[in-house]
Amino acid sequence: MGAVVALDTLFNGGQVWRGRPAPPAASPQPTGHAGLDAALPSGGWPEAALSEILLAGPGVGELQLVWPTLARLSAAGERIVLVAPPFVPYPQAWANAGVDLRQLSVIQASERDALWAAEQCLRSGSCGAVLCWPNKADDRALRRLQVAAETGQTLAFAWRPLSEAVNPSPAALRIAIDAKPAQLRVLKCRGGLARATPIAFAVGH
Amino acid sequence: MRWVCILFPQLALDAVLRQRPDPEEPLVLLSGPAQRRVLQAVNPAARKLGLRPGMSMTAAQAMSKGFATADYEVAEVEHWQQFLAAWAYRFSAQVSVHYPRTVVFEIESSLGLFGTWPQFEARLRQELKDLGFRHRIVAAPNPVAARVLANAYDGLVVPDGEALQHHLGQLPVDRVGLEPNVATALSRMGLRNLSQVQSLPRQALARRFEAQMLKHLDTLFGARPLALAFYLPPDRFDIRIELNFDVQSHQALLFPLRRLTGDLSAFLCGRDSGVQRFDLHLEHAGLPDTVVKVGLLSAERDAAMLFELARGRLEQVQVEAPVRGFRLRAEDLPSFIPQYQELFDDRPQQTLPWEQLRERLRARLGDDAVQGLRFQADHRPECAWQNTADKQLCTGLPSVQRPGWLLNEPQSVPEGSARILMGPERIESGWWDGGDVRRDYYLIQNRAGQQGWAWRAVGEGGPLWLQGWFA
Repeated sequence: MGAVVALDTLFNGGQVWRGRPAPPAASPQPTGHAGLDAALPSGGWPEAALSEILLAGPGVGELQLVWPTLARLSAAGERIVLVAPPFVPYPQAWANAGVDLRQLSVIQASERDALWAAEQCLRSGSCGAVLCWPNKADDRALRRLQVAAETGQTLAFAWRPLSEAVNPSPAALRIAIDAKPAQLRVLKCRGGLARATPIAFAVGH
Repeated sequence: MRWVCILFPQLALDAVLRQRPDPEEPLVLLSGPAQRRVLQAVNPAARKLGLRPGMSMTAAQAMSKGFATADYEVAEVEHWQQFLAAWAYRFSAQVSVHYPRTVVFEIESSLGLFGTWPQFEARLRQELKDLGFRHRIVAAPNPVAARVLANAYDGLVVPDGEALQHHLGQLPVDRVGLEPNVATALSRMGLRNLSQVQSLPRQALARRFEAQMLKHLDTLFGARPLALAFYLPPDRFDIRIELNFDVQSHQALLFPLRRLTGDLSAFLCGRDSGVQRFDLHLEHAGLPDTVVKVGLLSAERDAAMLFELARGRLEQVQVEAPVRGFRLRAEDLPSFIPQYQELFDDRPQQTLPWEQLRERLRARLGDDAVQGLRFQADHRPECAWQNTADKQLCTGLPSVQRPGWLLNEPQSVPEGSARILMGPERIESGWWDGGDVRRDYYLIQNRAGQQGWAWRAVGEGGPLWLQGWFA
């Protein structure tokens, strides 16, 4: 079969143009963790959407996941709102992570008012990121947060227990943090298939 | 065209009507002694029922029953004239309430700021319409002429002396503000309008009439200046709406509240100030007032925002008795600093500025709900933070490891459930204020892989106390 031509000669001769995968456009909201950015279809946090972070308990690096983003946003003069945080944020640690504390506001609210407050903050569009800890929220409450984030074009983060991973969620991105071994699992990401392999996530001290 | 006169033909009626949700409802104002009540003013709806000013109350009730009544009070009318002067103070520094039911102010010096007269006039009319006052506007070279021409015209602009001669000359003699006996004498001489009076020799007029008449004519044509006392705005705002019925729910208070906050906003715009604290008094029959305090973090004056905040506070109040009157008092009026906005905003969709959002959250969640965070220079973790915002940038200390989360109360760590990764780091401080601590801090990790920050008092055994999470 004389028609058989080695591919190499065609490529080398420049007769066949080979499409190259386009480099992904730089995301407007990079996470600051190279491994995670590479795994996400948009190269960072989904813009104007709710991102859900699932964890078994505190102290597994759940803040280190977002600190680079918060540092970037606060340096740009954006306001960061913590709605009913479960513990007291230790200012020195947050400042060490590069977060400008002047841009940080903490809202103290009960469980029910916290959802309302988070929705108001998201909807207003005057905040760069809204962080909330809805423990008993159902999918309707999360849907409201997601819609509010879209309306206000604001990043929303919700930390929830790992046991919620089995329930469906309207969040655009769901990440589970495992402590042993320290890794991240992308459970759901809008705009692409969730990567099955976990991403190493070193909790640095 | 230096002076503008705004005449309020129905000031008493408008002042009552604007406090009612339905202005189309027939309404009459009553005056006179209790034995013989007389209709002082009627609105168009009442006029359709056949009611006329001057009619006695008995006659009016014989004709119709379906109309509301209110008392005509001279003090109220003066109060509203003062309010309108405060509103006009926004546009000019020289505002006078010299004439009753009228506000006269100088505008020539304000036109540079507010644009040409047609624009400015449209704005005045729109604002008065929103406030709910019917009006006639005339601009003329002097205040007296403006006031006199407002008797006959609405929307008239007299640019110069020549036009002033023309317009004033056409006015009948009984409409130019002369004493009634002088006007009668002139008309009996066969003089119908002012131009005929002007063509008479001055000496003849001086001989026949009192000096007051020629003085008035001279000020009218601008030959003699008129000294006006100018309005000075008060330093506080206090306005009250009396409700004619017992109000049981806050829904019925929303309309008066909207009016009160709208008036407050108009007053503040006139003074170029804002309000940071104001009180709402809910008046009851025979009981002390319920006072709702509304506090803001910064001075504001936007009507819609003031209404929303006051509403948020009002909805949470429980009153014991029905509400009969509603009053708004603002004592503290700091100067208003407009919000800094960038020309090219990154976020064009931003609908609600942070200041307004913050006030909205505080209105519902409580005054202390929105907090900042700042670093306090203290080694003890429980003293190292404050919930107020910092003025200056706080730089971190990268060499020191501190947890992201701090527990409110330390928790004991069960023996053997965690292993120590790092430590100890000794923190020994607070001997001067009684909160003396001597602790060794460790970085620990439990079986689930959670990393925490725990301490044990120096020289003591026992369990570790968990105080933070390295989140």
